[in-house]
Amino acid sequence: MEAGTPDLVKLEDLHVPGQLTGRKHILSILVENKPGVLARIAGLFSRRGFNIDTLAVGPTDDPSISRITLTLDGAVHPIDQVTKQLHKLVNVLKIRDMEPEETVAREMAMFKVSAAVENRAEIIQFAEIFRAKVIDVARRTMTIEVTGSADKIEAFERMIRPHGLIEMVRTGEIAIARGGD
Amino acid sequence: MRAADALMESLKAEGVKDIFGIPGGANLPTYDALVDAGIRHIQVRHEQGGGHAAEGYARASGRVGVAFATSGPGATNLVTAIADAMMDSTPTVFVTGQVRTELIGTDGFQEADILGATLPFVKHSFQVTDPREIPEYVHQAFHVASTGRPGPVLVDVPQDLSRAEIDYAPRTEPVELAGYKPMSAGNIKQVRIAAKALANARRPILYTGGGVINAEAAEELRELAAADRFPVTSTLMGLGGYPASGENWLGMLGMHGTVTANWAMDNADLIVAIGARFDDRITGKLSEFAPHAKVIHIDVDPAEISKNVGAHIPIVGDVKLVLPELSREYRALQTDPTRLDAWWKQLRGWQGDHPLYYEPGKNGEIKPQFMVEALHRATQGDAIVTSDVGQHQMWAAQYYGFDKPRRWINSGGLGTMGFGLPSAIGAKVARPDQQVVCLAGDGSLIMNCQELATCVTEQIPVKVFLMNNGYMGMVRQWQELFWDRRYSAVEMGPSPDWVKLAEAFGATGMRCEDAADLEETMVSALETDGPVLVDVRVAQEENCYPMIPPGEAARDMVEAPKAVR
Repeated sequence: MEAGTPDLVKLEDLHVPGQLTGRKHILSILVENKPGVLARIAGLFSRRGFNIDTLAVGPTDDPSISRITLTLDGAVHPIDQVTKQLHKLVNVLKIRDMEPEETVAREMAMFKVSAAVENRAEIIQFAEIFRAKVIDVARRTMTIEVTGSADKIEAFERMIRPHGLIEMVRTGEIAIARGGD
Repeated sequence: MRAADALMESLKAEGVKDIFGIPGGANLPTYDALVDAGIRHIQVRHEQGGGHAAEGYARASGRVGVAFATSGPGATNLVTAIADAMMDSTPTVFVTGQVRTELIGTDGFQEADILGATLPFVKHSFQVTDPREIPEYVHQAFHVASTGRPGPVLVDVPQDLSRAEIDYAPRTEPVELAGYKPMSAGNIKQVRIAAKALANARRPILYTGGGVINAEAAEELRELAAADRFPVTSTLMGLGGYPASGENWLGMLGMHGTVTANWAMDNADLIVAIGARFDDRITGKLSEFAPHAKVIHIDVDPAEISKNVGAHIPIVGDVKLVLPELSREYRALQTDPTRLDAWWKQLRGWQGDHPLYYEPGKNGEIKPQFMVEALHRATQGDAIVTSDVGQHQMWAAQYYGFDKPRRWINSGGLGTMGFGLPSAIGAKVARPDQQVVCLAGDGSLIMNCQELATCVTEQIPVKVFLMNNGYMGMVRQWQELFWDRRYSAVEMGPSPDWVKLAEAFGATGMRCEDAADLEETMVSALETDGPVLVDVRVAQEENCYPMIPPGEAARDMVEAPKAVR
C-alpha cells in the first residue's frame, strides 16, 4: 500500500472540515489590470452575500497587474468558498490568504480633530505615543496621520475621539508576507 | 482585413458552422461580413429565441452554441438566455454589437451596458476596446466557454471597431489565460480514499448530474455503476447520463423525483455526487438532507464542493477522467459481493411499493403522463426532447425514460418558460439527422411562439407537442396545494387557437382530444414534413406527483392520491 492512503477507510472516521475559521482574514489578490475587474469582484461579493470589511486597490511592480487587498470576517463567511468563487473570475490571477503570524499588515488613517490652542499639546502627545504625525494644522483643527495595524488605528481613534473627532479617513489594510519568499 | 471579417474567420477557425441571431444598427458590419463568411445564419424572431437556440445547439451536440444580437434591446433580450446558460453550464458564446466607441457612456441610441448587466451570470465577458482584440477575444471566449465547467461568454463589439482594418493572421497556438486553469485529472490519492470508502459502504448511491453529460462521461458512469451494482439516481439535468432502462437506475431524485431515489438518498451511508451541485430542488430541507450519509463529491468546479453540502472526500476533476480511475481503484479492492444485498432488497421493495403512479384517464381523457408515454412510443424513445418549464417538464423527466445522453434538453437551473421551442430549433440545426421534438406547456409555448416563423422560414422541421391543460399548471398546482386553491392569474383562457396559430405561421397544426387517437396523431405529426404543432388537450387539473413539499425533507415525499376503488 502506498504512503498517504490508509488501508481502510471507515465511513465513521470521515469528517467535513469546519467552514468557519472565526478570525479576520486578509486576502491579497493579484488581478489583471483591466476595466471592470473591480466590478466583477464587488459584484461577486454582493451576489453571494459576502461582506467586505476593508478594500484597498493599487498597482504592483508590474503595470499589467493590480493588487486588491481585502479583509473579511472568517467567523461569518466560509473563506474557502470565498476564495474558490474568486478563483472562478478569469481576471483573478492569484489569491493569497495571508497567515496572520507570517504577515505584516498596515493601514493608514487620517484624523481631523478639533484642536483649540490649549489642548494641542495633549493631542501632539497622543500622536507621539502612537508614532503618528501631525500633517496639517489650522486655526481650530489638527490633522494627524497614523500608520499601523487596524487595531492600532482603532486604539488611536478611541483616544482622540473625546477631543472632538471631525473626520476620519482610512485606507483599508494592505499586507505583505514576512521573510524571504 | 476588416475586423468584422476577422471575427468571421476566427469563428470559423473555432469550427462554427451555425449562428443564431438578429441584425441591428450596431452589428451591421458583422452582418455584412456574414454574407460572404460561409456560415449558416438562422434568423430568429427574437434575441431570446436566438440565445436559447444556441443553448439547444450546444446541449444536443456538445459544441459551443453561438448567438448574435445588436446593442441595447437586442443585447438585453439575450440576458435571460445568458443567465440560463450559466445556471445549466451550457457552452455558449454571445457576440453583441455595441454603439460606437465615442458614444459609449453617453446614453446613445440603443446603448445598454450589456457587459455590466450580464456580469452576475457570465462565465466571462470581453469588452472590445481595440479592433485587434476581436479575433483574440473570440478564441479566448471559446476556450473559456467550452473547458472546465462550461458556460456562457459574452463578447461586446463596438460598431466602429468592427469596421476598422486590422492585420489578421490565423491563430496557431492554443489559448493560454493566466487566470484560467481548469482542473482536469483528479487527485489520485483522493480517488483511492474514495474507492476504499465505497468498499466499506453498505448503502451507497451514485447521485449524478449534468456534469456527466457535459463531460461525455455516460460510458464511464455505467462502468462505475457496474463495478458493484451501485444504485444510480440523477438530477433533472443529468437524465440520460445513465440509461433509464439500466438495471441500477432508481429514477430521478429531487422535488418530483421517485420515492425510491429520494428515500435512497435519505437512507444512504455514502453518497457519490458526480457532476451535481446539491441544488435546493434536490436536497429539500437542507438541514434534514441525507442525515446518515458521508459525501464523496466529484466536480470539475472546485467552488461547488462543500458549497451547499459538506464533502467528506472532495475530488476536483473532470468526471470523464476521475470515474475510470475510481472504477479501477475500486475493482482492485477486495470487497464482499453480498455486501449490498440488503440495500438492494430495500430499494427493490420501495420500487415495488412506490412506483410512479397516475390514475388512468377515463372516457378518452388524456392524462398528461399518458401523453409522455405515448410520445415515448411514437418516437421509439430515441428522440431529442426539449421542454419548457413546469408540470409537463417534470412529467417528461419522469415518464420519457431517457436512455442516452444529450437526448433531454430543458431549462433546469433558471427554469425559463419559453425555452422549449427555440432550444428545439437549435438542437435540430445541430443534429439534423435526429428526430427533435419539443414537449411544450401552453403557459410556456406562447412566450417564444414567434420562433414558429423561424422554423417555417429556415425550414427547421421540429415537432411541437403541446401539453395543453389551459393553465400555468405548476403554479396552479402550488396554488391548489399550498394556497387554499385560490387561483390567481394561472388560467390561460381560450386564446390562442393553437392550430390556427401554427397554420398562420405556415406550419402544420393538429389537435388531439381523445386518448385513443393520441399515438396515431403523434406518429402522423412525426411523419409530416416541416414543422408541426400538435395541440393535445390533456386533463386540466392533474397534479404532478410524487412531490417533496417546499421546505420539507425528502422522506416526507407526498405521493399521488389513489382513487377509492
